[in-house]
Amino acid sequence: MASKPRVKVPKSAKIGDMVEIKTLISHKMETGLRKDKKTGENIPRMIINSFVAKFNGKQVFKSTMYPAISANPYFAFFLKVPEAGELELTWTDDNGSSESTTKKIAVS
Amino acid sequence: MTKRIQLKVIGRRDFVLGASAAAAVTALLSATVDKAWAQKFDQAVMKAIGDAKPAEGRVTLELPEIAENGNTVPFSISVESPMTEKDYVKTVYVFAEKNPNPEVVEFNFSPLSGKASAKSRMRLRTTQDIVAIAAMSGGELFIGKRTVKVTIGGCGG
Repeated sequence: MASKPRVKVPKSAKIGDMVEIKTLISHKMETGLRKDKKTGENIPRMIINSFVAKFNGKQVFKSTMYPAISANPYFAFFLKVPEAGELELTWTDDNGSSESTTKKIAVS
Repeated sequence: MTKRIQLKVIGRRDFVLGASAAAAVTALLSATVDKAWAQKFDQAVMKAIGDAKPAEGRVTLELPEIAENGNTVPFSISVESPMTEKDYVKTVYVFAEKNPNPEVVEFNFSPLSGKASAKSRMRLRTTQDIVAIAAMSGGELFIGKRTVKVTIGGCGG
């Protein structure tokens, strides 16, 4: 998985604020149902099957995906900011390879 | 070509009879196909929540009424809940009734989520019902449903 994820996280928030986190990562999300036009064989499934968001090590949101999730998966979810800290986002695909990014949220 | 030849041999009336019989067979076939989809869907739901009967309500599914491109259909799900340590939405299961794999996604929330709401994009093979089942921390289950018309299917063939 080579691509850099694109993430929208507010730089600062008030304690107790509900902030929306938006994420996008490029990935083909091969369903395993498509046929190779030349050989007539199914192209094997290759999708990102898990996306996890942790804030200061505690899980906020997790998504388990099936092939019905579109290519370049987009996720938006909420975080109720409990304190200043770091949001860690991790995507993992069928090969077990993963991509992570972290974003700091300051408390004002 | 073959049809024209048949016409000559079997005559018009027989042909009409034959055609209506063929139509009946097709109708029957499509009924069995529908049944197969329903079975797959039921199995997927069974795997997620067992044979529990979720109550209607509390789950809101937002989807376009008509999706022109089945490859990316935006959807948003939200569940009414106080989202406290004691009472929050644990998991939301999303199913598409007539996709080759009925499972679409599972969202796990936590009290840190603040609200049980998430957005993403899904592939839809054809016009069908989308079902979301929310499992609360206390074990209750709620279900929401939404029909989407799909102009061009998005599961590859």
